[in-house]
Amino acid sequence: MSTKPKKDEGLNSPQYDIPEELQNTVTITTLDKIYNWGRRNSLWPMMFGLACCAIEMICTAAARFDFSRFGMEVMRPSPRQSDVMVVAGTVTKKMVPQIVRLYNQMASPKYVVAMGACASGGGPFKEGYNVVSGIDKYLPVDVYIPGCPPTPQALIYGLMKLQQKVDRQTIKEIYSRPDEMIPVPVLGPDIMDPREYDRIRAYTRQKAEQEAAAAADTAQA
Amino acid sequence: MSEQTVMLQNEEELLLSRFPEAVKKDERKGYEGYVVEAKALRDFATTLRDKLGYDYLSSVTGVDYLPEGKMEVVYHAYKTTGGPALVFKVQVPRENPVVPSLVPVYPGADFQEREAWDLLGIKFEGHPNLKRILLWEGFEGFPLRKDWREPYFEEEHKPYKSRFPEGKFFRIEDRNPFGKNVDYPAGFDPDKWIPDNSNALIYEGLGRVERAGDDLPTEQIVVNLGPQHPSTHGVFRMVVTLDGETVVDLEPVMGYLHRNHEKIGERNTWLMNMPFTDRLDYLAPMSNNFGYALAVEKLLGTKPPERAEYIRVIMAELTRIQNHLFAIGMFLNDMGAFFTPSLYAIEERELILDVFEAVAGSRMMVNYFRFGGVARDIPEDVMKKIHALAFERLPRRVDELDRYLTGSEIVRVRSEGTGVLTAEQAIALSAAGPVLRASGVPYDVRRADPYGIYDRFDFDVAVRYHGDVYDRYLIRIDEIRQSLRIIQQALQQIPAGPVLAGKPQYQFRVPPGESYGRVEGPKGELGFYVVSNGKGNPWRYHVRAPSFINLTALAEMTRGQKVGDVVIILGSIDIVLGETDR
Repeated sequence: MSTKPKKDEGLNSPQYDIPEELQNTVTITTLDKIYNWGRRNSLWPMMFGLACCAIEMICTAAARFDFSRFGMEVMRPSPRQSDVMVVAGTVTKKMVPQIVRLYNQMASPKYVVAMGACASGGGPFKEGYNVVSGIDKYLPVDVYIPGCPPTPQALIYGLMKLQQKVDRQTIKEIYSRPDEMIPVPVLGPDIMDPREYDRIRAYTRQKAEQEAAAAADTAQA
Repeated sequence: MSEQTVMLQNEEELLLSRFPEAVKKDERKGYEGYVVEAKALRDFATTLRDKLGYDYLSSVTGVDYLPEGKMEVVYHAYKTTGGPALVFKVQVPRENPVVPSLVPVYPGADFQEREAWDLLGIKFEGHPNLKRILLWEGFEGFPLRKDWREPYFEEEHKPYKSRFPEGKFFRIEDRNPFGKNVDYPAGFDPDKWIPDNSNALIYEGLGRVERAGDDLPTEQIVVNLGPQHPSTHGVFRMVVTLDGETVVDLEPVMGYLHRNHEKIGERNTWLMNMPFTDRLDYLAPMSNNFGYALAVEKLLGTKPPERAEYIRVIMAELTRIQNHLFAIGMFLNDMGAFFTPSLYAIEERELILDVFEAVAGSRMMVNYFRFGGVARDIPEDVMKKIHALAFERLPRRVDELDRYLTGSEIVRVRSEGTGVLTAEQAIALSAAGPVLRASGVPYDVRRADPYGIYDRFDFDVAVRYHGDVYDRYLIRIDEIRQSLRIIQQALQQIPAGPVLAGKPQYQFRVPPGESYGRVEGPKGELGFYVVSNGKGNPWRYHVRAPSFINLTALAEMTRGQKVGDVVIILGSIDIVLGETDR
């Protein structure tokens, strides 16, 4: 008589003897495990694309690659109903306030996937004056996916990595942390993070002093 | 002397005699067209439009000639009956560049003039709504001016000396005091910053405006669609003023994906820009490559070998097919048939992407064209695949789409008579591509001003006459069929031989001058205006983006329609934000 649970039954916790006749009907497991099992198989991405990568995300959702196999087919246009924000494309300064606001509107636990070179670090457009060099300057990123754009296979692999991350979390860990609101950046002469106002003030004052000194030098000469 | 040269000479005589002092021929080496005095510009443009038949203003852009201390505004006008461009320019001093606006003559100049104001700081006098379009009000400086430097500035030109040939790598973040891509003007205080919200009422949403005089007092309401909205095909925003459910006015707001193609392009070497063009209209990378290659080849004077010309046509037409398939799928999405038609369309698109991957190495960002040819030949087995697609599978699948959708009562009821754009409006607003042709103007750059080897193929210019959403859908089905015809002919005629003129090169010495290369992209006329000063990098690199300019007509199409139809009207224009915002 074998009471050992089969290895591939991911839900069963080891060391519980289940009578043979009940093995296909009863599972003894921990709350963390069953909770994460539900979460990992219904990660709903937000329907929100920024640039080229969004087209590959659509292709991933379509028939050939089909990420509904992993429980991700329910793309929600509303941040209130979504679990994962796939930042698919170049993040610009004009767009980043909206992205941060959308992130704040998502319900916890929430995850961010930086899809592609631009979202991860600016990509080919990094030097551009209107480009944010990576969404991780503003949001906490869980998975980075390289590529320009990443192939659908790469996106699926990244999302599977996210599932593994979900597997390792515990309910205590998720809910003991207070929901942190990220201050929405402001569009000034350039993009401004409200947390950095002191640094900005110090920098511009120093710059003004330097310019005044330089002007005085040229006047003397 | 051909008929065309005679005609051009007559035009020249007429223009020079009519404006003896204000208009001169552009005599600089490598340049063409006329230089017009700013004060005579509007008269000149009116003469062009009314007397000479140049009714279509395709491109407006500015160039900053820093060494000469001048700003130049360049206009490209065409006749909708076909023929080459008439180029005219206005030169103004760099300190205070003021040019009369051409919006009263060519309403299609609206967004392009706003763009020139936004990026180069050229003031257009008499423009009805001159404010920033890609950046935001309050942004410091005009980024495309040659003396303006971005926060991550390293050097004027690539390849950067620090990295090539020594190869000393560093993170640019480490050189910026904030560790990110930001910079602020001297003496700026964020607490005293008051954003310029001159139209805060519109932009904040839900601002109410009382309507005067009417029997039934109703309130107008302002609704924001986007930038995060499933119907906007990316990050596009529409500010819609509603009276009940009827659209009173609509203002497109863009720039949420402004990725600075032009500034980066002016630092890049000539060839380095090729992969960047892929990312303009990321649904049609091959067409973008084509346009840029044409523009630079005009300056270089190279001609691709025969086989390369055929490969270019095959790839450009495959691109058009996959773009239109995607457009139709997404259009049905907008109409409410969520994702099922798209699944059919994307299935076929994947097969074309397989071809791209096999020849270029990437599904979407192909970087396939080179100056004087293409990067690689098509392998034998891929050729067989294209054959099977063009002769068997795609014609059958297009018929299938046509059968399922075209007669569908829901599609017809929703789209017939919605979002009508008349032929006159379409020409005046510089609409291009399917939007123009669905309004009854048979204007296709492949026929009107043939490039490459398009004059060798037998195909019809698809045209429909109602100018509504339904016709803009039908014309895409028609165009897929015509593209298949072209591919079939090209596959039968393609000769063997080399695919690149000369040896593969990385650095090009491009002779000084200007050039405008335009192709009929899937979205419309895609133009590249490049200026060379003989160095290794372009002096000016401008993209005439059809998605951007087609949006000029959006407000016209939506006025008086129901708010639910705004979504399908936008879908029927088929915009791609990478190209709209660049």
